[in-house]
Parts: sequence; structure tokens; C-alpha cells
Amino acid sequence: MLAAFRQQFRNWAFRRTVETGTVVLNQRRIYILPSRQGFGFAFVLVLMLLGDINYNLSLGYVLTFLLTTTGGMTMLHAFRNMAQLEIRAGYVEPVFAGGQAKFVFHFNNPGRMERYQLHLHDDDGHHIVFDLPAQRSTPVEFAIPALQRGWLDSGRLTLYTRFPLGLFHAWSYIHFDVRGLVYPKPAPSQPLPPAAAEDGAGKVSAPGDEDFSGLRNYVVGDAMPRIAWKALAREQGLQVKQFSAPQGHTLWLDWSLLPNIAQERKLELLTRWVLDAELKGMRYGLRTPGSELQPAQGNTHRAECLRALALFGMAQL
Amino acid sequence: MKITAPLGSPLVFGLIACILLVSAPHAAHLPLWVSTVCVSLLAWRAYLTYSGNPLPARWLLLGITVACVLAIAIAFRSLFGREVGVTLLVLLVTLKLLELRTVRDATILVYLSCFIIITNFFYSQSIPTALYMLFTLLVIMATWVHMQTGTLALKPRLRIAVILLLQAIPLSLIIFVLFPRVQGPLWGMPQDAYASSGLSDTMAPGTMSKLSLSDAVAFRVTFNDKVPSREQMYWRGPVLWNYDGTTWSRGRNATLQRPMLTETNTPANYTVTLEPHNKRWLFALDMPEKLSIPADLAPDFQLLSREPVVARTRYNATSFLAYRANLDEPPQQLQRALALPQGYNPQTRRLAAEWRAGSDTDTALISKALAYYSQNAFEYTLEPPLLGLNSVDEFLFTIRKGFCEHYAGSFVVLMRAAGIPARVVTGYQGGEYNDLGGYYILRQSDAHAWAEVWLHDQGWVRIDPTAAISPARIQSGLNAALPDNTVLPFLIRTQSPLLLKLRFNLDALTNQWNQWVLGYDTERQFAFLTRLGMEDVTWQKLALNMLAGVSLLVGLFTLVMLRRLVVRQTDAVQAAWLKICRKLGKAGWPRAPHEGAMDYADRIAAARPDLAADIYDIAARYASLRYGGEPEKDGLAAFRNAVRAFKL
Repeated sequence: MLAAFRQQFRNWAFRRTVETGTVVLNQRRIYILPSRQGFGFAFVLVLMLLGDINYNLSLGYVLTFLLTTTGGMTMLHAFRNMAQLEIRAGYVEPVFAGGQAKFVFHFNNPGRMERYQLHLHDDDGHHIVFDLPAQRSTPVEFAIPALQRGWLDSGRLTLYTRFPLGLFHAWSYIHFDVRGLVYPKPAPSQPLPPAAAEDGAGKVSAPGDEDFSGLRNYVVGDAMPRIAWKALAREQGLQVKQFSAPQGHTLWLDWSLLPNIAQERKLELLTRWVLDAELKGMRYGLRTPGSELQPAQGNTHRAECLRALALFGMAQL
Repeated sequence: MKITAPLGSPLVFGLIACILLVSAPHAAHLPLWVSTVCVSLLAWRAYLTYSGNPLPARWLLLGITVACVLAIAIAFRSLFGREVGVTLLVLLVTLKLLELRTVRDATILVYLSCFIIITNFFYSQSIPTALYMLFTLLVIMATWVHMQTGTLALKPRLRIAVILLLQAIPLSLIIFVLFPRVQGPLWGMPQDAYASSGLSDTMAPGTMSKLSLSDAVAFRVTFNDKVPSREQMYWRGPVLWNYDGTTWSRGRNATLQRPMLTETNTPANYTVTLEPHNKRWLFALDMPEKLSIPADLAPDFQLLSREPVVARTRYNATSFLAYRANLDEPPQQLQRALALPQGYNPQTRRLAAEWRAGSDTDTALISKALAYYSQNAFEYTLEPPLLGLNSVDEFLFTIRKGFCEHYAGSFVVLMRAAGIPARVVTGYQGGEYNDLGGYYILRQSDAHAWAEVWLHDQGWVRIDPTAAISPARIQSGLNAALPDNTVLPFLIRTQSPLLLKLRFNLDALTNQWNQWVLGYDTERQFAFLTRLGMEDVTWQKLALNMLAGVSLLVGLFTLVMLRRLVVRQTDAVQAAWLKICRKLGKAGWPRAPHEGAMDYADRIAAARPDLAADIYDIAARYASLRYGGEPEKDGLAAFRNAVRAFKL
């Protein structure tokens, strides 16, 4: 009840829209409050002051005031430790559900002073600590577990510091318009469905990876066994052997031909097949209710298929 | 968010150093076994950290703690009071180190370390203590920063700690001067709060000579106008009436009548800064008339403060050096001044009776007595032989060696035996002038005892029998009066001009420190701020000024600290290129942010064909310096020359 109220208050007090581009931490974005340790320290100081007054300890006064002003000044140091940092969100590599989505934020420290002990965390307790060297941009990787397929939002993140003495808690919220794509989790290995001829329904032929059909230039992601090592030895550059299924034979990964299992299981199975088909260098197409991707091959095609599976049934693409 | 990082061994060593530093000054007054236990525990912790062994089990720690607390309770017979409190604190903090596991534990230890520093001030607040405190604070800060930054190297950590302290010093100075002082204490202090030193209210043979071996400062005096001569500087302390055959004590005054001074002359105004001695009496020149702090003037002209003097106390006093004191002393007081214990010192009584019979007046008798001292080869010495039952007889007739208490005591006994009311007065005599500070220092070694007799027409008159046998003691001080081979405290003995000067310098510094730092109380604050031009000092005004001063300084710090937060780095090549862009921009062709050097040159060349050659040259040089990988040294000068030569 209280927690819910607090959450609501925070949402109201610190409401900010999702941001794009580069965010500069200025004094309007940095909040500072004493930490629990800070309150504890204040209590100790009050005790000291009472002792000074009671025993008339002049040097005690000096010490108490030294500690008080040091403590007070750390507020400014905490603020300075965060002020004027420039933060930009980077590209998030797609991941499979069950993995860790790595959100990258580029923290630029434009000042002459190193920034120490910055903590970045989200509301679910994921947390990292880092320092920022002076006059440099530092990529900071913030990993969030990708639990389900679709778009993953980093949510509102909190950046805070307690430098230098832990007496003050200076923090700022950052919520970038950045999301990571989460592919469905691939199902356990399953044999690929048979490749079907383009024309004949149900006409079965052997998988078409025996007929050598020529060489093409290597593209990143091509499977190692397909590299034409002999061609490389002939100094013809890195080339890949292309085996195509016999003319007219191509692999269709078809939603409608799958057994009657749950929708998510179907997506997981199709994901697995897309990966396997690509690995085997086959041409494959993907048919799902409402969309059809023509048979093709290569990383771009693979990414397109996986994306279609990740966002299957979601309102916005 | 709670972070529980394991504590690295450098941090643990830092904490051990902090605790060692803050506890070390306590070693002087802690029982030896407590210091030993603490050092062993610290060494154990250091060994565990060094070897990476696990910390001791909780039951073991609990056992040690209980044993230690019990031992302290037995040794001190109590668990309350200041001494016990400090001992417990030091011991428990050391034990806490052995169960140091999280950052939270470390934080508590740091706080407690600061607290232990303050307990050091119960025992010493001298300048070296203050400097030591600053050093300790630096180590604590560095450890504290370490706790928060984890892996940071020692040098940047120290730098942060130094910056924090340097910023705090001027700020706390402002607060120290302006913070409204409250006159303590807020609650009753335990009796053990202050050790007493100095004069006591009894005098037996050996009391004064023992005191003479201490060169501790009793009080310091600044004269506001004319300085009296040294022979007149008798600083009056406890007045002793009762004599039991060996010991003189104050007894109880038989009257409540206020003492009366008549025919007063030669006033002296001066300020006394009295070191705490945990007794009620205050010191003033014979005879005190007025005092700036609340105090009682007893019927025998003894000044008594309302409370024991437990803190350094400053007061202004006025005395009259010429006076008639209590011409009409009540008879019951005179009775006290004639009492002698029965059965002691028969020889002395006989001598007094002889003198009485042979003298017409009291004055003549007194002269006779003083002559007796000066003519019978009495010796002034710090180490008189022990005296027996009839101590005055032995002293006057056989031994004839003694210190001021022997002379004053025997003289008063003689007077009383002869029927002249007399009493012993203790206090300090003389003083050492510090011409750097312009004040007199009275040390314990200046402690003195003299006599007062009551005469019908003159009241109480001071007679110093010591002056009769050793005039040098009164005129030049103890050092001149004693033979050279006497063991005296170092500070009194030194006569080397260099050492003397050094000693005066040090004492002047100490005095300034005592007056302005340690003695900065409500009154001093008021006087100081009034002198600075603040009118009508109230606590509201102080608070406002304090706030203003602190805000101003913090504002200044903020400006300096936030100045260097954004520094755009431009190298020489870029700077020169930006210069030409600015030049052209002013002329009406600003470079678009996305525009490359060559594109920009194209555009300028199209607009101003006359500049085409120059701008292409510059752009080409820029591109080659920036992207061509050409070593900068060679091309840079030429590029800058081209930029400088460029004219629109």
C-alpha cells in the first residue's frame, strides 16, 4: 500500500517523457538527498556538539565544524560527480528470449575530472557500477534479461552516485527511446521439414544440398564447412560453395503445416528451423498467418524471418 | 539499492591505521593492560587480513568482549564516568574491527573514530594535539573515500581527502568564530572530570617544595596599566588558620562579616587567565577589591569562585597594593589567630615569651623575630631534612634549613606564642615576564607561603620571613635563591638566552592559543566581534552572519568546482581551421555543421573566385593534416601560416 503510494508519488514527481538523442545531466535533472548514512552522520555530529558545549571543548568545536562542513561540501562533490555528463543510447543487438539484452549507453565525460562510482540500475534490481575517465566517451553495457519475444524496453533507469563519502545520494532518471528486439527462444533441435518442389504439393525429393551449383563471395555469417578452401588456396579470395536444391525445390517453413501445438511453441519451432536452414545454406521461405516471406538465403533474410517471428501477432511492428 | 561489496584488505589496513591513530594518545592514561589488549587485537586483525584467514567466530568475540568489559568494571569499580567511558569506547571499537564484514560496519568504525578524537580533547587541547588531529582526520578521510570508491589508487584518494579538508578549514573557521557559544555545562559532570594540580588548602612541611618541582603554568597575568614591582607581587590564595602541630589548614571562619579595606592606595588593574585546578580559589594580588566574575570574598580576603575551576577561566581584577585590612577584626577571629595546639614546641613558646617580655611594641617584637632568622644562619633549601614531633622547635633551634612553608609556619607559631594574632597565607609570588606576549607567567614553582599578623593600628600586615633569609627569592625568583646544584625543573633552570627566547616564543604562542582558541567563550566572542565592528551581538545576528559567510564561501567553491566540467578539446590543427571558419562565417559564409572541408572550400570558391586558390590550399592542408596521416610537426606550421596569411 505504502510502496504503491510511493511509486505513484515518484511517477508524479519525476515524470519525464521518453527521450531521444543526447541527454545532458544538468542541475534540473539531478536530485540530491542525504542518504541513510548521512542522517546517521548528522546524528553523530549533534552528539559531538552537545559534548563540546557541555565540556567546553574548543578543539571539539573545531573538529565538529570541520566534519560538518566536510560532510556538507560532499553534497557539491556528489553533484559535480554527475553534472554535465552526456548520455546517448546505442544500438541494442537482438537476442533470443532467455538471453541477456545488452543495452549500450555512451557516457561522455567532457570535463577534466574523472567521475567515480556511478551506479546504474533499473527498478528490478539489475545493477552496474562504473567510473568515467576524463574527456572520453565510455560505452556502458547494461544487461537486462530478455524474458519473452517482442520488443524489450529498458524502462526508466536510475543513475546515482554517493561519491565521495556516501553521505549524499545524488541521482537522475534516464529513459531513452531505445528498445531491443527479442527473438523467440529456439526450440530444441528438430529435423527440418522436407523441402518441397515449387510446383507439386507433397512431391518429395531429397534435401538439395548435394548439387554443387557454383561459388559466390563470402558473406559474414556463412557456415565454415561451406567455404571453398580450394578456391582460397588458388588465391581467388574467400568464396562459398553454393549448393542449391534441385531447380524448383525450396524449403517452406509453413505455419499451417505444423502440428496442433501452442502458438508460442510453433514460433519457437519455426525459429529453430530458420536457424538450421540458414546454417545448412538452404533457401527457405516463411509462411505465417497474414504474412509470407519469399524463399531466400543469407543473414538479412534470416534476420527478417526472425523479426517476423519475434513480432508475430503484435500490434505494431 | 544496497551494495554489499567485500572489504578489500587495503581498506581494512586503512581502518586499522585510523583506529591506531585515534587511540594512540589515550595510551598515556589508559591502564597498561587495556593498551596491550588493544594493540594485540589490532595486530591480530592485521595478521588475519594479511594472511587471508577468516575472522574469528562470533562466540569467541563475544567471550573476549564480555571478559574485557568485566575486567574494566573490576579495575575501575564502575561502568560509568568519563575515564571508564573512554576506555570502553577504545576497547569496543578495536573489537568491532574483528567483526568487520560489510561497508556498513566500516562506516560505523569511521564515525566512532571521529568520536574517539573528541575524547582525546578531555586530556589535551594543545597546539600539537590540534595538528595531530588534522593529520588523523586526513587519514580518516582518505579511508572513508576508499570505502566509497573501492578500487581507487592511493594518490587520487589522498587528493580527494586533501581537497575535502582544505575546503572545510575556512568554512569551519567562519562557523567557529560566529557559532553562538552556549556556556556549559548542560548536565552535571562526573567528579573525575579534571585532575587537580597546584596549591591545596593544607600546608605541611614539604607541600610547597614538592610543588616547586613542577613547571606547569598556574596562571598568566596581563597588567592593564602600571605594573607593580616584583616585591609587591604576592598572589593571594588559600589563607590557613588552623594548626595541629604539623599541618596548617583553612578551618572555618568565625564571622560572616565582609572584609573591609580602608585607606587604600596604589590600585592595580590586571587580567588573570587561570588554568583549571579543580578547586574553588582564585588568585589576586594582595588585597583584592573587585572581580569581573561572580565570586565570594571570604572574611580573610580569600577569593572563592562559586564552582570549582574546571575550565580555563579569565577574569579582571582590581587590587590595592597599599591598604589597611580589617582594622576592626571581630574578636572571635582574633581568637582563632592566636590558637596553638597544646604541648607542642615548648622551646619556641619560651623564646616567644622572652621576646614578649623584652619588647614594648608588637612591631619591635616582629623585628626581633625577623632578625632571629637573618642572624642565625638559616638556609633556604628545597630539600630540608625531615622534622619530628616538635617540628617548629627542631627547625628554629637545630636544623635551620627549610623552604618557605617552614619559615612562614614557624613565624606564625612564634607570633601566636607571643600573643600577636597571625595566620599563614599561601599563593604565588613573583612571576616571569614574557616580553613577547607582554604578560607574566606564574608557574607552580612560584608557589609561596608567607605570614600575616594583625596589629591594632594597621590591621592585617603581610610579613614574609623568607625575604628575611633569602631576599633573592622575592626579588629574582626561586632559581636565584637556591644553590646551583639544586635539582630544579628544566624550564626554571635554563638561562641560555637562545633557549630562553625559544621558551618565551613557545609560551607566547601557547598563551595566544589558550586565549583565542581554547578560551573563545561567550565573552571573548562578544569582545572580538564588537572590535570587528559588529554592534549589538545577539545570537540571531551571529546565526545570520554565519549563514551569510558560509553561503558566500560555498558559492565561491561552487564556481571554482563547476568551472571545468565541460572542456571541449581542440588540437592545434582544429583550432586553426575553426579560426578560418569563423572568419568566413563573419563574412557571410558560415560552414554548415555537416559540411566537410573540401565541400566548404568548393562553396566558398564558387562565391568568391578571387579566394579560390587560397581556400583550396588551406582546405587541402587541413584535410591532409587531419586525415592524411602526415606527421603534424612538418605540416602544422605551414598550415598555420597559410591561415594567418588568409585575407578576405
